[in-house]
Amino acid sequence: MSDTGAHRPVDETMLHAFLDGELDAAGRVEVEQWVARHPDDAARLAAFGRQKAALHAAFDRVTEETVPTRLLQAARRRRQATPWARIAAALALLVAGAAAGWFGRDIATGPNRSVTLAERAIGAHVIYTAEVRHPVEVTSAEEEHLVRWLSRRLGQPLKLPDLRPVGFRCMGGRLLPDDGRPAAQFMYEDETGRRLTLYLRVMPEGRDTAFRFVHERDVSAFYWIDGKFGYALTANLPRDRLLQVATAVYEAGPK
Amino acid sequence: MNEEENAAPVGPDQIRDAVVAEIPHLRRYARALLRDATAADDLVQDCLERALGRLHLFQPGTNLRSWLFAVLHNLFISQRRTQARRRDEPMAEPPSPAVPPVQTARLEARDMGNALAQLPAEQRVVVLLIGLEDMSYREAADVLGVPIGTVMSRLSRGRERLRLLMEGPPVEGSGEPVLRRVK
Repeated sequence: MSDTGAHRPVDETMLHAFLDGELDAAGRVEVEQWVARHPDDAARLAAFGRQKAALHAAFDRVTEETVPTRLLQAARRRRQATPWARIAAALALLVAGAAAGWFGRDIATGPNRSVTLAERAIGAHVIYTAEVRHPVEVTSAEEEHLVRWLSRRLGQPLKLPDLRPVGFRCMGGRLLPDDGRPAAQFMYEDETGRRLTLYLRVMPEGRDTAFRFVHERDVSAFYWIDGKFGYALTANLPRDRLLQVATAVYEAGPK
Repeated sequence: MNEEENAAPVGPDQIRDAVVAEIPHLRRYARALLRDATAADDLVQDCLERALGRLHLFQPGTNLRSWLFAVLHNLFISQRRTQARRRDEPMAEPPSPAVPPVQTARLEARDMGNALAQLPAEQRVVVLLIGLEDMSYREAADVLGVPIGTVMSRLSRGRERLRLLMEGPPVEGSGEPVLRRVK
């Protein structure tokens, strides 16, 4: 242990890791020796330490407050619709209305219909994944009915991709209007409640495309045309992870 | 991977008790995240309802706190998105002019709250999960569903920005983009 002479410089990330207790003994020694020789970094480290203390000074009192009854009730039992729930539902309608307006913008069938597909899918994703109580119209408990119903409405046999191997369980789905035509949205979630939607519509003039990727704010989508269907898979996921899921959907698709 | 304090619950009742025990932490985090106390408690309530509605998905023995924070984070992201869509309205009120301090803690809370509100949300959540909720980098990465390297770089950027906001030279008039709200 006599030779701790690390030659690499200690970077910013390591200063934070030191502060947050993420370093092993050797790493701690390395940072200690570094800051002993670099007063600027020592000052930064001290400033970040003060910042952490200031966060606690500012917000720790919240943990001493009495927990509101409504939160205790929420944790203790499943509840009937409450006034709050109704407010949320009303708000969701408002949001849907606003989003419909937003969508109106690109209802015009532009030259690139699959871009519109992605935009519609993202819009529908945003609206319905925010729903706590009614995210889907038909739950996956009635999977057979769901698939039969949406297949009939879309006029083509649909398959519900099983995404459990990639970590997402199907919650159910809903029928959506898409420029006067029916579209289907299936919603999935992982064990933390992170939601993903698969949007499908029939593309009569469709020819197969490769995966295309769009990212808007913190939502990403892959969309593509395969056979008679246009697909858009939307989630708040890193691109690589979303691609993994998109691949699973593609492989499950009708061939 | 078990956290000692979270490893115990097994049955639904015990998990519920453990969830209740996490409420103060969820509230603290949500308050720092949103500033508005009512909006913060609304978010926590949504989180609890969604979490309790899927207790069956929680795997006993895994980290309950991370799981709850992940549920809360996903709701936060969804809500931000719908709000952003409705209009580009800021998530919190703009910083208000200084009011005579009632007590130091309040003043600190306001300053810190103001400064935090200037951070992009993706940096703010990381700064808070690690700096306030004392999560490990691994836990924070799990909560946010991003690689650990992303957590580290957002933490670095967020803390540096916060440092400039709290301790740095006055930014007004300098055209420095640091203070601008980035959406």
